[in-house]
Amino acid sequence: MSQPFRRSSGGHIDRSQPISVSFNGKTLNGYRGDTIAAMLLASGSHLAGRSFKYHRPRGILSHGSDEPNALLSVDWRPEKGQGRRDPNNRASVVEARSGLEIKTQNHWPSLERDIGAVNDLLSPVFVAGFYYKTFMWPRNAWEKVYEPFIRRAAGLGDAPEVADPDRYANRHAHADILIVGAGPAGLSAALAASEDSSKRVILADEGFKLGGSLLNDATSEIDGKPAAEWVEEMVAQLDARENVVVLPRTTVFGYYNHNHIAMVERVADHRDSAPENLARERLWQVRAGKVIIAAGSHERPLVFANNDRPGILLAESARAFINRYAVLPGKRMVVATCGASAYRTALDAKAAGMDVTIVDIRLGEDCGPELAEARSAGINVMTSHTVVKALGKARVSGLVVAPLDKNGQVGERRTLECDTVAMSGGWTPSVHLFSQSRGKLAYNADLDAFLPGQSAQDEVSAGACHGVYDLSEIIADGYKAGGSDKTASASATFTGFQPVRVLPTDEDPKKVKAFIDFQNDVTAKDIKLAVREGFESIEHVKRYTTTGMATDQGKTSNMNALGLVAGILDRPLPSVGTTTFRPPYTPVTFGALVGPSRADRFEPVRTTAIDAWAVANGAEFEPVGNWRRAHYFPKSGEDMHAAVSRECKAVRTSVGIFDASTLGKIEVVGPDAAEFMNRMYTNAWTKLKVGGCRYGLMLGENGFVMDDGVVARLAEDRFHVTTTTGGAPRVFQHMEDYLQTEWPDLDVFITSITEQWAAIAVQGPNAKKVVEPFVTDIDMSEGAFPHMAVREGFICGVPTRLFRVSFTGEKGFEVNVPAEYAESVWKALYEEGKKYDITPYGTETMHVLRCEVGFIIVGQETDGTATPDDVGLSGLVSKKKSDFVGMRSLSRPDMLLSNRKQLVGILAKDPNEVLEEGAQVVEDPSVPVPMPMIGHVTSSYYSSNCGRSIAMAMIKGGRDRIGQTVWVTTPKGFTEATISTSVFHTVQGEKVDA
Amino acid sequence: MLEVNLARRVQAVRPDARATAGPVKISVLPPVGRLSFRAKQKALQGSNEVAGFTVDGPINSRRENMGLESLRLGPDEWMFLCEEGETEAVVENVARSFDNVAHSLVDVSHRDVTFEVSGKDCEAVINSGVPIDLSISAFPVGSATRTMLGKSEIVLARIDETTWRVTCWRSFGTYVQGYLADAALDFA
Repeated sequence: MSQPFRRSSGGHIDRSQPISVSFNGKTLNGYRGDTIAAMLLASGSHLAGRSFKYHRPRGILSHGSDEPNALLSVDWRPEKGQGRRDPNNRASVVEARSGLEIKTQNHWPSLERDIGAVNDLLSPVFVAGFYYKTFMWPRNAWEKVYEPFIRRAAGLGDAPEVADPDRYANRHAHADILIVGAGPAGLSAALAASEDSSKRVILADEGFKLGGSLLNDATSEIDGKPAAEWVEEMVAQLDARENVVVLPRTTVFGYYNHNHIAMVERVADHRDSAPENLARERLWQVRAGKVIIAAGSHERPLVFANNDRPGILLAESARAFINRYAVLPGKRMVVATCGASAYRTALDAKAAGMDVTIVDIRLGEDCGPELAEARSAGINVMTSHTVVKALGKARVSGLVVAPLDKNGQVGERRTLECDTVAMSGGWTPSVHLFSQSRGKLAYNADLDAFLPGQSAQDEVSAGACHGVYDLSEIIADGYKAGGSDKTASASATFTGFQPVRVLPTDEDPKKVKAFIDFQNDVTAKDIKLAVREGFESIEHVKRYTTTGMATDQGKTSNMNALGLVAGILDRPLPSVGTTTFRPPYTPVTFGALVGPSRADRFEPVRTTAIDAWAVANGAEFEPVGNWRRAHYFPKSGEDMHAAVSRECKAVRTSVGIFDASTLGKIEVVGPDAAEFMNRMYTNAWTKLKVGGCRYGLMLGENGFVMDDGVVARLAEDRFHVTTTTGGAPRVFQHMEDYLQTEWPDLDVFITSITEQWAAIAVQGPNAKKVVEPFVTDIDMSEGAFPHMAVREGFICGVPTRLFRVSFTGEKGFEVNVPAEYAESVWKALYEEGKKYDITPYGTETMHVLRCEVGFIIVGQETDGTATPDDVGLSGLVSKKKSDFVGMRSLSRPDMLLSNRKQLVGILAKDPNEVLEEGAQVVEDPSVPVPMPMIGHVTSSYYSSNCGRSIAMAMIKGGRDRIGQTVWVTTPKGFTEATISTSVFHTVQGEKVDA
Repeated sequence: MLEVNLARRVQAVRPDARATAGPVKISVLPPVGRLSFRAKQKALQGSNEVAGFTVDGPINSRRENMGLESLRLGPDEWMFLCEEGETEAVVENVARSFDNVAHSLVDVSHRDVTFEVSGKDCEAVINSGVPIDLSISAFPVGSATRTMLGKSEIVLARIDETTWRVTCWRSFGTYVQGYLADAALDFA
């Protein structure tokens, strides 16, 4: 398409850089500096989408991020393949560049002919709250029929279907002063704030060109210079200052506690060719000493029948297209207004060669100097006139207007032919960010607006966003916010408006569609209906009608809705309330929010020093917390069951090797180490000899089992404590918490050594034969190195803390070596072990083996409500100690009841049936539901060593039920089982008291 | 230690070629001796050094003395760094000079891995994951602190204006290196 509506000169566009984009398969032409909206208008078309609910044709309403209608699906780099398309981009802010592939949304088969438009005729059905009224019955039809239908019929763009290939960056930054918005207020605030070069200043603006409203201004002068020139000089001064970071294309979307500001910078989409690895967007998280909000204001639409027809746009937006983009929105324009600012649009349109008429609802005597200026420019101004309705469908073709008499009666209609309507319903300061900062809004009746009132954080608003509309005052306000008393003298601005909620009409208001919220298709009559049905608070009206709930967050609609509700109820506007603004200010891509936290960087995947060997030897892995652990080591053709059965057998008949490095390890050092251990664990530690190990049990203050592990005493004042893998950070914090807050008098320190020492478990009858050849400086004889002992010496020539311990019941060692030696030591042991068919095993076999001999796993048998006695460990609770964490809780009456759940074994009647972990246990499955449940299965495996399935369970009064038949739930029903002791396998010749 | 060391030392992190390709370089440093030293003020009795390590720097500072580095990470916590081969001697020195005084010295040489991040924009690269203010005035040369990089705990130290050290537990090394290498792409 050519550009019949492009002006021959002017505008902030680069005519030396012509560009073209694909728009629904056709070509749109324009220039660098254009938005898609500007290119569309230059081609002579306004039609840019179909509405959410009624599928009405919609055009461009705005020139900014408040655009509710023109939502586009944009493929940013179609030449790179799939995945770079995203929906719901506003045509008015998409920075155009050659190569973009653009499609309009929410229509079928085409934008021009849309079958969904039948909804417009069916609209009596789709009144406010229609979900709640229409789709109540039959109940089960909601999921299958109604919801899918509604979702298809009403909606915005399609979500992307393939993974996003782009990279998104994250950046934390600090500033003394952050300024939001680079319009006249923001620029002057930034200049003043950065005067002192020690102050770090960030200036962020959502647009791709700085200047804000001044970019739309072709007539104003500031200090004798044209506005555009003033902007350029201001920007040049800021750019020259090293303490200023200027960020165009950066939307401040979230204002959080402590002046923590979230903003998204569009880094790559606008570039003709972006380097391969450049991030598409960058999320900035700024901690600012002070925030200056200079976010400007939003123009309100006028509410009259068919005010949504393409060709009807906001007056300031019409001015932006004419001046900034050098595009005429049409040939014949009617400016419909209730205020002064739209006269500037009319004058500029007239000067640009359009045929212009002004319809003003105000009385002539209520108008300011704008009236005379318009008339002297030859514009026909009709004061005291209302707009009854717009004509035309896919494009406005006329405006039906009528005079109002002194009593507000609508007089004789008259049709003004036109192809463009520029409307202005007044101005709403953008208080979104202020509201997000938890500042309190205050209603100002003179300005008919909510303005920033009481601040909650260190911020200040400047310019139009707190109701200052005159250009000279705006600039002075900006300077003041930045800490300067400078002023500027600028051309006077046409300000002031007379708020009107719904234009007076002689049509039956029940039959017309006068839109309040364009994006969610909410009309004035929907709001009236909601109020009639008893919704009075704006928060309720909002949720019932969905007004203000779309992605534009009601930027254009809120004040009209609020005013309408207040008017119907005949109450002062503030008493109806105002909605709370929440982040994000404008839609943010998921990519920007996720940032680097995806794929490999979603979470740190922690691996041990043995991991590379496990990978090379075919291990299957499982995540345990953030750790990646070898789950089992299948040989070719083996499934998990076969591999685990083989591994389990091998450990009990010869020897197995297992990577236990993930176990938490804490070194407790200091003269008071033993006393500290006494207080943290249930056991007594004072008598543990140097070189001895003991199984330690830790409780929370509530008396429930929190963690366990083997503890070795390396010296009088030094313990090597092990914890569960998942509990390591929690136990460390628990200890540190007590040290810092309860017992600062104890001379003891804790240091995490989880990753200093890799732990290699060598377990089985032949374990000693595998380990012994490599050990030096340690007497390995049975008498000198018994079970539950620790020795320090060397293995393979490197230091070791060698533990004689067992979590399998077999004779075994845990070889602790400094982590960077672990792979070599593991390989040496593995080579030596080949003489005995050494078998590497994973976490699954470890679980089965410990279950066979009745060892619990904290977090598997226990669920945070098990006492030591519940899991059969009351023998580990010292009766002699005066105190330890959790002691007092153990004597509470409920902790001593005989029918508490207790740890027992449970054997399925069918030895080949493996019960489900988590399955409920009942006494009698024939009693009616809800039947009493007596417990649940906590661990369940097939044990090749026992030749049958084995399981543990927590059963009410379980220890007195041994031998009793019970029933266990299965996915299909129940299965029979017998309660047993929780030891299923006895190892000959080795004590299994861990 | 035995004369014959059969076990080869394998570094925790495989260097990522991407990480050293750009103007901001992220390189894995060779092993050093790392000792976590803990002592309360009453134990230090006003002394400004322990076996050659400076201990009177303010919290969150890094001090160097004759090749011995000490990072003060808390009121009673220091990380002592020395040459790898000196570790045992340093342990003995500290034990000797602190005999009968309550303290804790734990060898964590293998626990941690350190990356050097250098180049003009390295401050911004580190700020991709570290939320604290890294400007030269807020975090001058000689600063060191425990903080977060993305989802990993790290110890961060500023060596000079454009050289930093990022230390983490070994199992987080791959994540930290990848995170920084990704962020460095912004300045490639």
